[in-house]
Amino acid sequence: MFGGLAAGTMFGDASWQPKLALDLEGGTQIILEPKLEGGQQVSSEQLNQAVSIIRQRVNATGVTEAEVNTQGGRNIVVSIPGKVDEDTRKRIESSAQLQFRSVLVASAPTTTTTGEDGKETPNPKPTDDLSKTPATKPTDGSDLAWVTPYLSAEFLATDCKTPTGAENAPKDQPVVACSDDGTVRYLLGPVELNGDSITDASAGIKTTSSGASTGEWAVNITLAGKGKDAFTDVSKRLFKLYSANPNDARAAFAFVLDGKVISAPVMQGVITDGRPSISGNFNEQSAKALADQLKYGALPLSFGVQSSSEISATLGATQLSGGMLAGLIGLILVVIYTLFQYRLLGFVTIFSLVVAGALTYAALALLSWGQGYRLSLAGVAGIIVAIGFTADSFIVYFERIRDELRDGRGLESAVEAGWKRAKRTIYASKGVNLLAAVVLYLLAVGNVQGFAFTLGLTTVIDVIVVVLFTHPMLQLLARNRFFASGHPLTGLDPNALGAIYRGRAQFRTPEMTGSKKALGASREAQKRQTIAERKLAEAQAANGSTSSKES
Amino acid sequence: MPSLNLTSFGNDLYTGKRSINFVGRRKLWFTIAILLVIGSIMVPVVRGITTGAPFNFSIEFTGGSEFTVSGVTDANQTKAADAVSSVVPSAVSKVSEVGDHAIRVQTDQMTSDESSQVAKALASTFKVNESEVTSSFIGPSWGADVSRQALTGLVIFLVLTFIIMALYFRTWKMSAAAIIALVDVLVITLGVYALSGFQISPAAVIGFLTILGYSLYDTVVVFDKIRENTTEAGEHSPRTFGESVNLAVNQTLVRSINTSVVAALPVASILVIGDLFLGAETLRDISLSLLVGILVATYSTIFVAAPLYSLLREKEPAIAKHDRKVLADRERAAVQGSTSEA
Repeated sequence: MFGGLAAGTMFGDASWQPKLALDLEGGTQIILEPKLEGGQQVSSEQLNQAVSIIRQRVNATGVTEAEVNTQGGRNIVVSIPGKVDEDTRKRIESSAQLQFRSVLVASAPTTTTTGEDGKETPNPKPTDDLSKTPATKPTDGSDLAWVTPYLSAEFLATDCKTPTGAENAPKDQPVVACSDDGTVRYLLGPVELNGDSITDASAGIKTTSSGASTGEWAVNITLAGKGKDAFTDVSKRLFKLYSANPNDARAAFAFVLDGKVISAPVMQGVITDGRPSISGNFNEQSAKALADQLKYGALPLSFGVQSSSEISATLGATQLSGGMLAGLIGLILVVIYTLFQYRLLGFVTIFSLVVAGALTYAALALLSWGQGYRLSLAGVAGIIVAIGFTADSFIVYFERIRDELRDGRGLESAVEAGWKRAKRTIYASKGVNLLAAVVLYLLAVGNVQGFAFTLGLTTVIDVIVVVLFTHPMLQLLARNRFFASGHPLTGLDPNALGAIYRGRAQFRTPEMTGSKKALGASREAQKRQTIAERKLAEAQAANGSTSSKES
Repeated sequence: MPSLNLTSFGNDLYTGKRSINFVGRRKLWFTIAILLVIGSIMVPVVRGITTGAPFNFSIEFTGGSEFTVSGVTDANQTKAADAVSSVVPSAVSKVSEVGDHAIRVQTDQMTSDESSQVAKALASTFKVNESEVTSSFIGPSWGADVSRQALTGLVIFLVLTFIIMALYFRTWKMSAAAIIALVDVLVITLGVYALSGFQISPAAVIGFLTILGYSLYDTVVVFDKIRENTTEAGEHSPRTFGESVNLAVNQTLVRSINTSVVAALPVASILVIGDLFLGAETLRDISLSLLVGILVATYSTIFVAAPLYSLLREKEPAIAKHDRKVLADRERAAVQGSTSEA
């Protein structure tokens, strides 16, 4: 892990220090203002929905613990740790209204026509005296009857340099729109499907029908229910047009995002499974961003950035260092207590805690590089609490060893037998913790997700340390003559542990250990007596012989 | 021999020489637990009646007021917080610098009267014109949707834990006892929280979630020992079921004490330092919930979960039959013992 981090620092932009969250480091505050037209009002419902969607989009970039809230019943404030690049800003503010429309006409955006005489004349602007209603009622989304004289003029006058206003066009009407890069203009039929029929979206490398990778990024979407049926119908219709004439513009289907055609593939087959994929000018980032936007849904409104400024941390550096100091004092208290309780064995705990601490630190630094993890003050507190969880694995283990010593085992076999029992307990209890972490991470958002992440990480590291470090270390120590002698300083003194109290003659020989579990269990049951049983045993002993009572 | 240190105390607990009757005196423990729970529920209820809010939620949950002071030359965060508390002493404020010359103060919801006073106080603190201070309402950053998702996650987690524990321990009754003990912990921790009047902030919620994990964790460790004691001895156990459970709790008592001390020490030190010296709300919020939770979780495992588990299973025909046999044997032996001694 340290190697990975070292490599990351040397060759990448990783850092030896984990990145800090908003409360400790500050970041960027973006105030988004709804783009409203005319007397349009923002309802609090729309605003809350937008906050929820933006929060999911922001969090989809990693465990950043960004803050999103409304301001003045109108604006949305997004606070993100660190600097915000253009990509992130776009991901947050764009409304991501996806529409599926059939292509009616497509051409390059030239607004002039070269006449027979070789002269270029500008195409006429659409005027109100041109008809806006179709002459015959269009039968489907690909019917050319949609193209009215007015629309045709508008189409020919579109140069794709000025906005077409397609994002606000009525859904049941045809529209003129341009491709994302402005190189093609389209006359599109009415909306056949909306982005809200998407049930899932993911980014992936596009493959050919034979399964070979094309190296091109695409967004794969899943439609279900009515959306799937509607898409199947459209697909059948367009494929029919394609079969009749492969060069027919109407065989293409346009994915329109916020009024721009991001992709208009030709329907070369019938798609009935409701899983089309959108390819366009995507790279990995933009494909993932669009997939997230589609998955979490379109914003009910479009937003524009009103202001974007750096904000400082709400908690000063004094608080972080104060927290660290508190943690350190707490740790020292733990060390004193452990040494008092477990003597030299306490050092095993302390070394193990140090190893666990170092691993946690490295993991956090690695993850803040790779996953965008940010450490908040709550996270710091979480890690300090993890000391308790981690130390408990050792305590459970040591107490089991002591239990075995009390049963009269030799140190080496006590370590093995104690480990066998402790292992089960540790796995079971850590399993519960890990389950909590995974479930909360997958389902929750924001701070809770950050917490789950820290919990899961420390749990895994804890198990790794106890299995790969603490146990082998104890195995080694058990062979050490000083420890095996059971000197009081070791914390494993059989006398102090009362093993002697049953008499040396009853010491079990190591050969018998673990050979027969049932035997061991019944022996153990014999040795672990309740008060009532002891009295009973004593009574029986008194009954059987006249030997003096031992207590 | 009087044993004063924890090691020999542990020995005595382990061998059964000394035993604390956690299972047998469960009526007492359950009565105490029920009283504690009722008390913990009463605190927020009484608070709700007297102050209008059962819990003191922070602005991340409730939303609040925001002041932006522009044209600030000396952006001192502490000064801003002081200016707010000079008007509303109880207000908790989050201050950050925006850009180079502006300061943002987020506080609890203010009345319009209070907010104009705060604006004045901020203007005079930073020596700017009052028109440079703008105020607005901000919505919660921890909205209902975040809570809803966290709760969904929690419920799914509890259901899964119930199933997994039932599979691991081969009895759903351990799951039930563990979850009831967990509820006990959460209710008492929330009660103490309401009593302290600390704000419930996102940090505190994270604290509650940690406690939830800790409580289950602690219960699983003790239950695993109970499982060992009750299953490995099998039919030939010389003890009744309740005695086996009680022995397991006693045998793990030293571990329970050590673990809770080790877990509580750093948290207590954060609480003391955070509250007394730093006034860092985040540290204080999270460490109070953790400290109370760790102690209550340890208590709850020993005094609620284990006796409850014993209670749930004792009535099972096989276990009841075994218990009767053990008791009968013991009586017979005692009679024999006393007659032969006489």
